[in-house]
Amino acid sequence: MGVLRSLIIKEIRQFRRNPFMPKLVVMFPIAIVLVMPWITTMDVKDVSVGIVDYDGSDVSHKIISRIDASEYLELNSIYQDYPSALEDMEDGRVDAILEIPDGFGRSILSKPEKLSVWSNGVNSLKGSLGSQYLMQTVMQCLKDIRSSKGLQIPEGLIETTNLYNPTMDYKHFMIPALMIMLLVMIGGFLPALNLVSEKELGTIEQINVTPVNRFVFTLSKLIPFWIICFIDLGLCMTLALLVYGLPVAGSVWAIFLAAALFIIVMSSVGVMIANLSDTMQQTMFIMLFVVLSFILISGLMTPVESMPEWAQKVTWFLPPTYIIKIFRIVYLKGASVAELWTDYAALAGFAVLFCILAAMTYKKRG
Amino acid sequence: MISVRNLTKQFGDFKAVDNISFDVAKGEIFGFLGANGAGKTTAIRILCGLSKATSGSGTIAGCDIMSQSEEIKKNIGYMCQKFSLYEDLTVLENMELYGGIYGLTAKEIAARSEAMLKELDFGEHRNDLVGSIPTGWRQKLAFTVANLHRPKVIFLDEPTGGVDPLTRRQFWAMIRRTASEGTTVFVTTHYMDEAEHCDRVSVMVDGKIMALDTPSALIEKYGASSMDEVFRSIARNAVRNE
Repeated sequence: MGVLRSLIIKEIRQFRRNPFMPKLVVMFPIAIVLVMPWITTMDVKDVSVGIVDYDGSDVSHKIISRIDASEYLELNSIYQDYPSALEDMEDGRVDAILEIPDGFGRSILSKPEKLSVWSNGVNSLKGSLGSQYLMQTVMQCLKDIRSSKGLQIPEGLIETTNLYNPTMDYKHFMIPALMIMLLVMIGGFLPALNLVSEKELGTIEQINVTPVNRFVFTLSKLIPFWIICFIDLGLCMTLALLVYGLPVAGSVWAIFLAAALFIIVMSSVGVMIANLSDTMQQTMFIMLFVVLSFILISGLMTPVESMPEWAQKVTWFLPPTYIIKIFRIVYLKGASVAELWTDYAALAGFAVLFCILAAMTYKKRG
Repeated sequence: MISVRNLTKQFGDFKAVDNISFDVAKGEIFGFLGANGAGKTTAIRILCGLSKATSGSGTIAGCDIMSQSEEIKKNIGYMCQKFSLYEDLTVLENMELYGGIYGLTAKEIAARSEAMLKELDFGEHRNDLVGSIPTGWRQKLAFTVANLHRPKVIFLDEPTGGVDPLTRRQFWAMIRRTASEGTTVFVTTHYMDEAEHCDRVSVMVDGKIMALDTPSALIEKYGASSMDEVFRSIARNAVRNE
């Protein structure tokens, strides 16, 4: 173990003396937690709404003022007819149009007339989510009017769509994913760059003529970054709590256990790629490809459920899939390691597999 | 201490090292000469276990070079052409690292590095970053570090490249001192005046060893006045040229 200790001390000394690295590992998590959640959020706000009011009754005025008051909707203008509203939508000034037919106010207490909503598909997210919000707001308004008259809501009139959940902050959904992204970047890239720079400088030759065991050498490249990732993760979690008021619903240890396994996976992948490359460019390119695939296919940005079936099967073979599931469930809903044991087991399996591959691909003798 | 028979390294059709055989005794300074591209570095890399020979056999310190390369590594020191101490570590930190890798205790490392720095008269620079030290000093340090674990054989691949004449002389004094303590020194060089410091030299041309004897015997055999002339008359027929 003395050999491993010497090698790790060496890594720590080099790291501390590096003019750039210590700053990077502190600034990186701060930037990711403070800036990214605002950008990656899928919350739709300020949906611009145009209303075509053929009715002009009390009820339509109530609907209009309700829309005006909504936090998510912004009343653009009220139109005399549909074509003029459509014109504005074509110019991109309106995301959704609500048409209130003539006589709607009178029909509300008996058999309501049909309302129409058009959404702007150019910004599909804003259009479709926006029209959902709009419907919901209108429905809520109608519900209030009818119940004030002691009427029940007719069956099927208010269909609650789960898409709109004002208590659910999208930032909270993204933060655990962003933490994983951090682990992918720091845990994967740093060991890879570190190792390949030893190749480029030629210092690895000097190590290769020593009797150092290749598993020990590989571990000496993994452990320092393991520690750095832990510190960064702790920093992220603290910031998430202080800035966004987002605590871990489950156990903090469950998060750290998953992270511990996942960092081994990422660092091993990084070391493996560096072992198989000769230059910094090669390493960077392959790493970027792997990391992008990890981020895009594993459900970090888009839900696995909405992927085509073959892609869903691909996600089973990607380690991030499991940690994303664990992080989101433990962070947001709270679940124990025992409940998620299959995911932990999968991560542990990947950790062992990639660690062995990392050591196997390190050749002391060419 | 080193015994090599019919060693060959082939890259495709190209025989970088072509069927070489030689023996080196304990405590001997063995000069391994040859022009650029003659195959010296390839040969030294095979002996150090950085590269695998295509065919042939040999032993270093009693261990087989084909199957016991990790065993050999415990008994050798290596200083390569390219300067390879860690430039972002201090002198002492480099010594601690390599001492630790070879399994020396902290006490041993402290005692040996102290003694060696004193011998080098470099003690006051022990906490300087290696990157900030001039080339000549770095080469002397690299030699010292390669010698820290008291290897039985030390391989030096062009250790004095780019070093001023004064430092070269000091460097050779260090080599002789090390050899007199019983360490076998295997050294490659381009400087023929240095070859005359060796107990025996081999001259490699196009992957083959064309001459092997003491410098004085070679000078006599080729009717030359110096090793420089010997080398030129042997290497004249070289086909490979960089």
